[in-house]
Amino acid sequence: MKRFFRNKNFTVGFILSLIVIIAAVISLIWTPFDANRMNAKLRLQGPSWQHPLGTDQYGRDTLSRVMVGAVNSIIVGLMTVAIGLSVGVLLGLASAYYGKWVDETIMRFSDFLFGFPAVLTAILITSILGPSMINAMLAISIFYIPVFARLTRAVAMLIWEREFIVAARAAGISEWKIAWRHVLPNILSTLLIQGTIQFAVAILAEAGLSYLGLGTQPPHASWGRMLNEAQTYMSLSPWMAIFPGLAIAWAVLGFNLLGDGLRDTLDPKMVRIR
Amino acid sequence: MPEVPLLKVNNLIKEFPLGGGLFAEPRARVRAVDDVSFALSRGETFGLVGESGCGKTTLGRLILRLVEPTSGDVEFDGQHILALGAKEMRLLRRRMQIIFQDPYASLDPRMKVNAIVTEPLCAIQNLAKSERKKVAAELIEKVGLRAADLDKYPHEFSGGQRQRISIARALCVRPDLIVADEPVSALDVSIQAQVINLMADLKKEFQLSYVFISHDLSVVEHISDRIAVMYLGTIVELAPAVSFSDSPRHPYTAALLRAVPMPDPHRKTEPFPMEGDAPSPIDPPPGCAFHPRCPHAFERCRVEKPSLVKTARQHFVACWLNNSRGLGIE
Repeated sequence: MKRFFRNKNFTVGFILSLIVIIAAVISLIWTPFDANRMNAKLRLQGPSWQHPLGTDQYGRDTLSRVMVGAVNSIIVGLMTVAIGLSVGVLLGLASAYYGKWVDETIMRFSDFLFGFPAVLTAILITSILGPSMINAMLAISIFYIPVFARLTRAVAMLIWEREFIVAARAAGISEWKIAWRHVLPNILSTLLIQGTIQFAVAILAEAGLSYLGLGTQPPHASWGRMLNEAQTYMSLSPWMAIFPGLAIAWAVLGFNLLGDGLRDTLDPKMVRIR
Repeated sequence: MPEVPLLKVNNLIKEFPLGGGLFAEPRARVRAVDDVSFALSRGETFGLVGESGCGKTTLGRLILRLVEPTSGDVEFDGQHILALGAKEMRLLRRRMQIIFQDPYASLDPRMKVNAIVTEPLCAIQNLAKSERKKVAAELIEKVGLRAADLDKYPHEFSGGQRQRISIARALCVRPDLIVADEPVSALDVSIQAQVINLMADLKKEFQLSYVFISHDLSVVEHISDRIAVMYLGTIVELAPAVSFSDSPRHPYTAALLRAVPMPDPHRKTEPFPMEGDAPSPIDPPPGCAFHPRCPHAFERCRVEKPSLVKTARQHFVACWLNNSRGLGIE
């Protein structure tokens, strides 16, 4: 553990992400105000003792909404990485092991997905399925599958060439068991690093989709949605935009640094794939 | 009735394609193993020597069916192993194990010694944790390490110790045959002797047969009953170890023997009888593959490939010089 904290990226990233997580956890049991309670008398206020981050156009407490928004972002990050990771790793392993046409098919499919601008396709998906947080997560997950499939394929191929795999084969271990017992543990750190980075990307992507109105729907608090609403009142009350924006930057920076720090400590030679 | 040999290799050929892709034909094919046949009886140690790239490692892996041959046949205890399905093959693997050259590459860095050593056993049956540990402890002490080492990871050991772990893993299922693929080549000379002696002791204790692969003739001579010399994928000479160094019949063997360093400063050094590198197996020379480097080559060697023929008791040579007379090398 000590060797992780010797890395500055990791330490800063760890602290920033931890604050986001703590804020999210607290919001589950307590927020300064009900995040959805409107108060017409206190509309568009700047920071004050009562409302440290001000209020929005309906008089809702921004601090409470930012905290609730953190839960939203973390759920999206976790779910998208979990889906992308599990499906992507499976495809990547199959690709690395079978090679030939299986590999070609999976990788060309990945290229196909990569060929489209992510946001554009996410818009397409959400406009077909209808805008909602679930569909936004689905759209992001679909983009994560090739990211993890490619990464897994690349590192798994290296491991599969190693002699201890031949040793396991000679011992009579079946190929899928080899993948599970030998290949996965040896690529886990690489996947963990990429997962952390994709977590940060997912937060940004969800904010983007929600900003466009395709993600989380009102009245639920989401950082992207809050930015969207703040846009109209930019000149009147810039606070409304500044704090959700800062929250996004904070969380994305935090998880990115965490990922970089993990990479530096766990795997200095690793080449980043997207 | 003659005894069924433990291992019989018949006309084994392995070609590797070079280049090519999903739809493209390969540019060329390399014959790593070119028509090799031999038999190994129970309790025997069969030495396999040759330069790097002569196909000895591939041959070792073909024997265990870790690589599928292009053609030919391998019989293990009367069973044609190439005809076995994946499941039957996995079951047969408990009787044939392998020790690898590089003890740093052949142990999974993320596994504890305990798990490594008992892995072949887990492939065939589910063992309780305590049972597993007991087996592992017994094995690890057999190879000269301590039971306390079981909870360590491979990086905590030296090369020689790692090779001992490899040996313990191979012994785990009480196999009949162990293919040792350059088991000591990556080790210091002083450690080499220890490991080889350990292997010789274990052979007696567990009634093993070895296929012992090495590029170091002195190592092979020490441990083997019979020795085969490989050159560019083929066996050029096969003889009992005792008569081997005294009467080499193939010029390549003679050259190899000459290359073994002797700890005697007064021994006069003769000019080395062989020049150049081994030719590329992608484009082997016609006739006898050794003729471009052979000091005795004559016309026939350049056009016709010699096959392995018996020249003396248990002594086989693939060289045209031996068809009529001995080589005349002391």
